[in-house]
Amino acid sequence: MVVAHSARLSAVRPRTRVRRLWRRKSTIAFAMALPLLLIVGLLVLYPSLYAFYLATLNKSMERFVGVANFAFLFKRETFWMVVKQSIIFAVSAVLFKALIGLFVAHMVHNVPTKGQRKWRGMLLIPWVIPPAMSTLAWLWLFDPSYSAFNWLLQGMGMDAVPWLGDPYWARFAVILVNVWVGAPFFMIMYLAALKSVPEQLYEAAAIDGANWWQKLWFITLPMMRNIIAITVLFSLIVTFANFDIVRVLTNGGPVDQTHVFATWAFKVGIESNDIPLGACVSLVMVPILGLAAVFILRDITRRGGEG
Amino acid sequence: MATAVLRGNARPVRRTSMQRDRKRALLWSYVFLFVFVIFFLTPPVYMLITSLKTSAEISAGTAPWWVSDPTIQNYVEILTSPTYLTFFRNSTLVSVLVVAITMLVSIPAAFALSRMKFWGSATLATGVFLTYLIPDTLLFIPLFKIFVYLRELTGIEFINHWWVLVIIYPTLTVPFCTWIMIGYFGSIPKELDEAALMDGAGYLQTLTKIFIPVALPGIIAATIFAFTVAWAQFLYPLAFTTSTDQLVLPVGIVTTLIKGDVFNWGQIMTGALLGAAPPLIIYAFLMDYYIAGLTAGATKG
Repeated sequence: MVVAHSARLSAVRPRTRVRRLWRRKSTIAFAMALPLLLIVGLLVLYPSLYAFYLATLNKSMERFVGVANFAFLFKRETFWMVVKQSIIFAVSAVLFKALIGLFVAHMVHNVPTKGQRKWRGMLLIPWVIPPAMSTLAWLWLFDPSYSAFNWLLQGMGMDAVPWLGDPYWARFAVILVNVWVGAPFFMIMYLAALKSVPEQLYEAAAIDGANWWQKLWFITLPMMRNIIAITVLFSLIVTFANFDIVRVLTNGGPVDQTHVFATWAFKVGIESNDIPLGACVSLVMVPILGLAAVFILRDITRRGGEG
Repeated sequence: MATAVLRGNARPVRRTSMQRDRKRALLWSYVFLFVFVIFFLTPPVYMLITSLKTSAEISAGTAPWWVSDPTIQNYVEILTSPTYLTFFRNSTLVSVLVVAITMLVSIPAAFALSRMKFWGSATLATGVFLTYLIPDTLLFIPLFKIFVYLRELTGIEFINHWWVLVIIYPTLTVPFCTWIMIGYFGSIPKELDEAALMDGAGYLQTLTKIFIPVALPGIIAATIFAFTVAWAQFLYPLAFTTSTDQLVLPVGIVTTLIKGDVFNWGQIMTGALLGAAPPLIIYAFLMDYYIAGLTAGATKG
């Protein structure tokens, strides 16, 4: 009886221990991930959903008005100007960042390896300086009466440029500063990608008599397709939602011509104290951000499947 | 014989033309790199030039690109100004606390998500990355309203205190740091932690004795990322803090040094340059880690 009992015990014990360990393991794992879940849940997901609720209230936030805020927005001329400017801003800035990044990455890749570190180090500096700080330098470079650029232009016999005074120049200026901040990031990403392209491919192409253009088009770009896609999508999100540069450089002016979604949402929501309308403005970004996110997610899961 | 001579002749000719091509390509590379370095470094250099000028020289405006009478007056004034030192203190406190919170949250979470598979852990890892894609410009209005409500609920004044930023900034740093830590932890061979578990180490010991030391480069990269993001953040402090003694550096410089129409550009540039100094110093000394953190997000996973 005693023997049988102990035999049963020893047969049962390992299994329960394993099960208990397993249960403990998932409990511990959950506990370790809990702070992350709380931060993501309470401070990211809940506010995102709360924004949709806020967008349906009236200005004093006492009454449910449904989609009236959106209807009001869509009838305003300023809103469509902001939509247009945000798209122009994001698309052209990302395009130039990608082109300049690709070009500079090639130039760095061309020079001997031991010199690359030094060039790379200098070229990444715009990305390292907090954007609000470096945009102040640009603001001073664009100053209406003391512009150092205009000093150079006038020294060369050209007319002074109203950098931030004229709507078209101001649009150019905010895009220029954004490209200046973001191009080094593309450069670093593309440089890393360039280094991973096998040298033999270029040697084989050289033997076949390919010129530089054919090497770029048939080897470099296809090999870098993934990294180009993900940096462009990523930068599209960040640029589309950009706040710092426009806020410091023009604050939306002249006459709201350079506002993007973020700066206009700040002006409407925080400065004019119309929180529901501000929430509406920032929510208009969601479809575009969501689309980019879907493509990024597809890329990640695809690569997850390969690896 | 004839072919040997031919080849002997042809090869040097070919090589010299290729060498000439390569040399020309190299020369052009240097030319373009030089042009782009000038483009990329003009604003910071111009900050430095302006910061060394007296207000008289700045307002004369005769030679903006040259300092004829260098002075460190601006630096002395900025570094002895109690307002500026308060900004610096607030920025340092916020950034250091945010880095600490980020690491305490994301390292265990990344360990759990990469090694201790539990129900939904793979989905959760992707979900964490997706939350990184929700920008601050979408969250600041609902967060602002939430903290206004919390004040009514608890009586604690959240708005206009620098420490509210310590609560908010982890939303910017934790998802990305967790994501890159999952990548780093995932690259550690499974045999290593299985051996440790076999020897009777607990999960906590496996994490502190094996994962953290082995993935230290990744942790340094994540720390640098968290610090630079916290230091540079501009939108949240602009929305949440208004009193001069609660401001962090970027907002402090932009809002208080620019007073109406009287721009003291010498001081603004000095303040901005000193504000950019901590990330620049970290970058100068830990460039490889900085770049590793930058490229990890897109190449890992």
